[in-house]
Amino acid sequence: MKNSIRVLRAEKNWTQEQLARAIGVSRQTINAIEKEKFDPSLPTAFRIARLFDKPIEGIFTFEE
Amino acid sequence: MQTIEMNQTTRKQQLKNLAAWTFGWVLSTALVVFGAEFVWDGIPWVTAVALAVNVLVGIGMILSNRRLLENCDELEKKIQLESMGLTLGLTLVVGIAYSMMDATNLIPFDAEIGFLVMFMGICYMLAIWFNNRRYR
Repeated sequence: MKNSIRVLRAEKNWTQEQLARAIGVSRQTINAIEKEKFDPSLPTAFRIARLFDKPIEGIFTFEE
Repeated sequence: MQTIEMNQTTRKQQLKNLAAWTFGWVLSTALVVFGAEFVWDGIPWVTAVALAVNVLVGIGMILSNRRLLENCDELEKKIQLESMGLTLGLTLVVGIAYSMMDATNLIPFDAEIGFLVMFMGICYMLAIWFNNRRYR
């Protein structure tokens, strides 16, 4: 699954650590999501979307 | 920005608890094995009590590990699951092969359960290391 978290995070000037704390996961998890090595759970995806004030589909793009 | 803190203090305390339970379990295992031989001279009821303590401490260790895993985030749980799955599979396959080597006299000594426990530990540590690197 593609995502634009890295870009959105850079726009807000947040570190991975800050984002991780904001949604209650480890920094390693944020890094793995940004590198698209790991797909987040639905609650985590919702938290990220809420934090960036965007709809989920505005951040995550599903690809077969 | 509001934060949802992963409770690091709880995590550290849970790790300490798990280490204490594991240490207790190793000690109680040693007590059963060496105590029966060197301390109470193999008196059956004393051995049975020591074994019961060993099993109870073992259950405590398992519950402590479960509490630690419940506090992991989703990626950490995935890493644990993949590592445990790989360890279980490899231990089953290697364990059965090792047992058959003994049964068919391919090895000149008896198959010891200690080998399997050691293999399982090494396998789990390597799997955790490998999976952590994979998701880095």
